Parts: sequence; C-alpha cells; structure tokens
Amino acid sequence: MTRRERTVDVLIVGGGPAGLGAGAELAASGAGRVEILEREQTAGGIPRHCHHGGFGGRAIGGGTTGPAYARGCVAAAVRAGATLRTGVTVTGWAGGLTVDTTAPTGLERITARAVVLATGARERPRSARLVPGSRPPGVYTTGELQQAVHLYRQRIGSRAVVIGNEPVSRAAADTLRVAGLDVVAMVTDQPVPRLTALTRPGDRTPVLGRTTVAALTGRERLTGVRVRHHDGRTATLRCDTVVFTGDWIPDHELARRGGVLLDRGTRGPAYDADHRTTGTGVFAVGNLLHGVESAGVALAEGRAVAAPVLHHLATGSWPIGRPAIAVESPLRWIAPNLIGPDGGLPLGGRFTLRTDRRLLSPLLLVRQDGRELHRQRLLLPAVPGHAFHLRAGWVDRVDPRGGTVRVTVS
Amino acid sequence: MHPTITTSGALTAVGLSGTRPGDGTGAPVYDVTVVGAGVVGAAIARELARYRLRTALLDASDDIGNGTSKANTAILHTGFDAVPGSLEARLVREGQHRLRAYAAETGIPVERVGALLVAWDEEQLAALPALLAKAERNEYHAARLLDAGELRAREPHLGPGALGALEIPDESIICPWTTPLAYATQAVRAGVHLHLNCRVRHIDSGDDVHTLTTTRGTLHTRHLINAAGLYADELDRELGHDDFTVTPRRGQLIVFDKLARDLVGHILLPVPTAAGKGVLVAPTVFGNVLLGPTAEDLDDKTATGSTADAIALLREKGRRILPELLDEEVTAVYAGLRAATGQEDYRIRSRPEKRYVAVGGIRSTGLTASMAIAAHVTELLGDSGLDLGTPSELPPVTMPNLGEAFPRPRPYQDAGRIAADPAYGTLVCHCERVSAGEIRDALAGTVPPHSPDGLRRRTRAGNGRCQGFYCGAAVRALFEEARS
Repeated sequence: MTRRERTVDVLIVGGGPAGLGAGAELAASGAGRVEILEREQTAGGIPRHCHHGGFGGRAIGGGTTGPAYARGCVAAAVRAGATLRTGVTVTGWAGGLTVDTTAPTGLERITARAVVLATGARERPRSARLVPGSRPPGVYTTGELQQAVHLYRQRIGSRAVVIGNEPVSRAAADTLRVAGLDVVAMVTDQPVPRLTALTRPGDRTPVLGRTTVAALTGRERLTGVRVRHHDGRTATLRCDTVVFTGDWIPDHELARRGGVLLDRGTRGPAYDADHRTTGTGVFAVGNLLHGVESAGVALAEGRAVAAPVLHHLATGSWPIGRPAIAVESPLRWIAPNLIGPDGGLPLGGRFTLRTDRRLLSPLLLVRQDGRELHRQRLLLPAVPGHAFHLRAGWVDRVDPRGGTVRVTVS
Repeated sequence: MHPTITTSGALTAVGLSGTRPGDGTGAPVYDVTVVGAGVVGAAIARELARYRLRTALLDASDDIGNGTSKANTAILHTGFDAVPGSLEARLVREGQHRLRAYAAETGIPVERVGALLVAWDEEQLAALPALLAKAERNEYHAARLLDAGELRAREPHLGPGALGALEIPDESIICPWTTPLAYATQAVRAGVHLHLNCRVRHIDSGDDVHTLTTTRGTLHTRHLINAAGLYADELDRELGHDDFTVTPRRGQLIVFDKLARDLVGHILLPVPTAAGKGVLVAPTVFGNVLLGPTAEDLDDKTATGSTADAIALLREKGRRILPELLDEEVTAVYAGLRAATGQEDYRIRSRPEKRYVAVGGIRSTGLTASMAIAAHVTELLGDSGLDLGTPSELPPVTMPNLGEAFPRPRPYQDAGRIAADPAYGTLVCHCERVSAGEIRDALAGTVPPHSPDGLRRRTRAGNGRCQGFYCGAAVRALFEEARS
C-alpha cells in the first residue's frame, strides 16, 4: 500500500462550525501548520443545508441563514491561515496521533502533534429507533431531507408526517412546506404543553403528543404511519413521506476506533472543560460531544479549544485519572463529563444537561463520595429535546483523587 | 455479444437476437425459460448459458435477487445439520464447494469464520454429541466439541452461562447480494435474456411449447423451469399440478453497526431442541453483526414488514447471547420470507413429458446450494429430451469487492486504483466508504440497478449506520442522473 506520509502540528477532523472555529483560532494564534479535513466536497457542516435564519444571532429572527453562516465559518478559517482540505476522509488510526486518509488525490498517513475531533452528530434513522413495519421509499431524517430539497432540488412527495417536536422538527416541517408538501401532523412521545401553540402563530399543523410510531406501511412507496397514543388509541396517518427528526447520536466512530473513552450518557467522547478526551493529545469539540447544541455553541467550543491545544503543544502534559461526572435518571447526560485537574470552567461557566422526562423547576444536587458540592433549583422547566444548564462554580471543590461526581434530581 | 435486459414494453422477438417470432404476434420463442431471478433462478440461467440454448430469465420485480434472496442470513453452510440422505443435504454439500470456488474466482466476498453451536443449558449440552454424529453422517468430519473454557476463550463477550459448544470450522459468511448478481451478470453476458418487471399471469402448455402470458405480453418456451420461490406453488398449479404449498415463513433480523463487529468472532448458532430453534448471532462480510431470524408461518407472501414483538423477542434473546451487542446502534431491521413447504426437503421435480422442472421449497439453504441446484436441474433437463450439446466456458466475471476482510482491498484503500481513477478516492457514502467510482460502475454494469435500493445492494451505498442522513440525497442524485 502506497501512502504519502506527512506531518502537521494540529489536525482537525471535521469542517463544520466546531472544526472551522478551532482551525481559525489555532491558525491565528500561531499553532503552526493547522489542517482541517472535511470529507464532504464542501465545508461548513450541517448549516450548509439549513436554509432557515437565526444562525449567529441571539434574538429570534436575528442572524443569518445556515449556508451563509457556513460560508462565513469557512472564510474565517481560511483567512486565519488554516489549511482546509475538502473531500478528504479519515478512514482510521495508525497509532497515536497518526491517521490514514482517502481522497481523490490518493492515500495519506498524517501524523499530528495534536488532533481535534469535530465529527459532529447525526439523527438516528428509523431503523435505529426500532420502528417496525415495511421499508418503503419516502422515509427521511431531517439531514437527508434538507439536502434533497436544498442541495439537490429533488421531488419529495405530497403529504408528510414529522416525527418529533423540537426546533429541528419544525425546521423539517418548514423544509417540507418549501418543497410543496402538506405537513399533516407532528408526532411526539412527549406531552405537548398548550402554550407551545401560541409560540407558532399561523402554524396550524396538529401536534400529536404522548404518541409513538407503531409502524410504517406501504411497499413501493410509504402509504402511512401507524401511531399509538399512550391511552391505547391507534390511528393511521395517511402520507407518502415521513421525517424522523432529532434523537441525535454523535458520530463517534473515529473516536472509538482511536480507543477514546465514550461517556455513557452522551455517547460522545468523555471530555473535560479544556476539551481533552482520554486519548493523549486528542481533543474534541462540537456536537460530537453533545447531540446537539446550536452551530454558535459548536463554533464557540472550537474557538475555545485553541488555548488548551496550544498549552498541550507547549508542555506536552496530559491529565490522567480525572473524576467523571455522571447523571442519574431521569437526567440523560451532562457535558463536559470529566473534571480537569486545573479546575477549569466549561464554556460560559456552566454545564449543559438534558433530561429524558419533563421536570418542573427541578432541584439539582451535585455530590462526590457522599459529600454535597452544590445544589441549585432551576426556575424553568427542563424538557426533553432542549438543553438546560447547571452553574459550574463548584468544580474547585471536587477532590481530584475522589470518586465520580454524581448529579441527581432531588 | 450485446447483453439483453428488458424492463418494460411488450416482449417481442424483434430486436431480441437469438430468438425468432413464434406466431403472428412476434412473441419470442425460447428453448428454456426460467421463471424467477432469485439466487436459484439466476444460478440455473448461468448454468444453462454454458450451452447453445436460447434461454430467458424472468422476474416479476425490477431486479434480480429481489425477493427471498435479498433478505437471508448470508451464511455459506456446510450442511452439517441437514437431514442425512436428503436431496438438500447433497446439494448443500456440493453447492458449498462449488460456490466457494466460484466466489474465489469472481470476487464474491466470503469469510470462513466458522460456527459455534452454543449450549446454554444441560439439555442443549446433551444434544451436542448427537449433532456431531449427524455432521459425520453428512460427510462433514471437521466438527468438534468445545468445553466451556475453550468456548469462553474463543468468544470472550458471550453472556454468562454458556456451557460448551460444537464447532463447525467451515461454516462461512458470504455476500448475499453479489452472488446472484455474479450469476446474472455471467448469464446475461453469455447471451441469456433477462426480462424484468415480467410477472407470469397464465401458462398454456401445448404439445411442444409452453405459452406464457405475462404482464409484458406473451412468450413461448419449449422447456420451463419454475424457480418462482414464494410463488412456485402458484406457478405449479397453473400447470395443473398440486405437489406442494408454499407457506411463507418470516424471518426478522436486526443488523447492528460495525462498531459491534469486534464482539463476535464466529457465527453463533442455536442448538435446536424440542423447545424450538433459537436465534443466531453472526458477523456479516460488510463488517456488521446480524441477530435473528424469527420463524413465523404466515399466509401473506408480501408480509416483509418487521413487528414490535419480534424486535423485542430478538433483543431479549440477543441480550442472553451477547449482552454488549444491545448497547450498539442498530443499522437496519429487515424481514425475509422463506419458502417453506411443510416438508423437510427441497421439492425439485422434473416432468419430462411436460418439459417442466419445478424447483420448490428451497429454504434458507438456497444460497449455499444454488450452483448445485443449477447443475442438478440442468441434468434433469437433459434427461427430459433437451439436447444440451457440449458446454462451453463462460466469459469470466470479476465482481466489485463489497467485503471487509478480503485479500483484495476495497477501492477506498487502493492507492493504485485511485491514482488511475480519482473517482475511487471520492467517497460518497461515508459510513460504508463507497466511492463515486463504484457507484458509477454499478450504474453502468451489465445488470444495472433500477432503483436506489438496487444500487445499495450493488455497492453498499446508503447501507450504513446513518441510513442516508449524510449521503442519501447525493446517492439518489447519482442514480437519477444515470437514468436520465
């Protein structure tokens, strides 16, 4: 096998907002040769096919569209001096901080002094959600749907059902309408608060709460979605298209193949506030760590990783034996989920969490080895599909040689 | 020779080289027509292609291997547990040797991973010596018993409580999609006519010719081979026989992500006992892990959907066998229908006076036995008055490599190939690492796909853990571009 062998200072795998943000900041801070590898033909990540607005803006209706945001991230990284290579796939590790790549220009083996994983997250498809029934055409995830509509202008269908009731679900519904489909219903296993309807005036699509998908029907083409309400009632929603939205899973293949420990909750690499994984010299940023936060959060994490990467390049130091942070049910996950030895605080001075169940102003308790480190009541309800936060001021009270830090709901 | 594949329009001898119009309508006349282009029908057509015969291969769907053949457990059996002395036992035994050699020659992925029949209780453990003796009666002599310690050393991720196993070192895994495609490709290149979307509606059998009325018009054939799988009984009745009834037996399977592949080394087979047959866990040549199948006798020959109950049952059984498997992501859930006939053997019957061979009841072993079935059927044809003449060599075929553990690297790993054509370094499907070059080749192949699903079976594109989240739209665009 003929592979061209090369070395770089920092290799960033993934050219979405997180990877591009890391590349821009690292190149600007003199990290040496900073190379970003993107397997798609165009960099920018998920925002490339999110044609709705709101990217990069805090206020509702502010900011720009996804494609414009993606182009901005690309331009910033290139302007800062990072090398951005598209159409290059990292296919595996060849030990330590060395990876193998495939590109139209050939095979390479690239050794870096630090690797930043920014491989993102994907929505679980129908199969991974174990939805029974037939396997006809007409079944999408939001990611596939948006590419089909916005990048390829493909014909989708005429009547659609959307599974999920998160922001991404509404983005899917909007995309369907742009493509000329009727969205006949949105289906979610969660209860639907009445107030939700008020936040979307003009959107009359019925939202079926506490409802699960029992089966898909149809052979040559999808003919319907059989649903079951939690009270036992069933119905078949006639449609030729169904979009499974949300239910994100980090694209962690490369991380796992590199022997990096995964967090049980997020299914992304376990990491500390400095974005260090358990692999020496391997950092991780963006939605590989938490499915999913906004493109803005991913970009900010990318930028924030520059300082710890530079520190590692200068000192070569890497923490070992960090206490983990674990949540207990009904909490789903917490990020970051390792405590660094230097008491560093996560981005924004807070941890990000998700819950499996709706919690009305929950009281969160943080303990280590039976000792309470922190307690905090949330003023707003915590709901599935949305992040909420826990202040991080307590991390300097963690015993670095102690056991797992546990976060529970009282 | 220019390959002949038709997918639409009325069948007519005009433009079909090698046929002649048989009546005023211009319907083509064949020496032999094989109904059903599954793995068995395609193997028979390939075998017949060696002779100077005008042969047609028909299928009701838009692709070869599109029924039972596409949804099996993808195992190349040794036949160690067949009913000794049965036709199935002989054809499986012969077929696996033929197919193994053919796979090596054409590039069909095969991995000789070996099988372990794992005993989980005393009853199953006690059944192993009898199974060993049965293997011997089936002329399989490499099987041996493993104790609990040896088993654990072989399969460290097995759940607790495994007491021992019977090892069948030659049980192998094979690509279920490349096999019928190789047969069909070779048959078509050697002059067999493949007619797709061509469902047989009615048959009139005259003294020296059968007249088949299909959804695409009429064709005439001197000899008829029924390889219609689930529908073989209906075709048989159309000819006035009532030899067997096909009861579709549904097998549901769960495919786990490639990150599960390291959990299992062998095909883990259940030990059949009075309490019924359990499920298997097996690696695939694509690097995934299969869990299944169920065995549900149904009435509906189109019921290829999965059910919540079966998924729950499989997961429960899988958790016992390989607990960590259940933590891995599921890539696909699918169901196939086996053509069960209520008999413990194949139902292959020649009626020389009718110039008709029924190839029925080919159950889960059909993939393994396909080449031997084809040779057997060809012999039966020879015995029924068809002058076969002397066979000639078929044009060799080399199939694209869809396998992970194969001496020939996949294109994305092949520096020389990428240097010669950068399209092989341009990855479109990232989960399965399928390049634009492979997709282009499949779309321009001798037997091209007529749906994105057909393209998936030829390349693996869209077959991975994301199920099209990343590449679905791009793959569809390539498919549609090639069609227009």
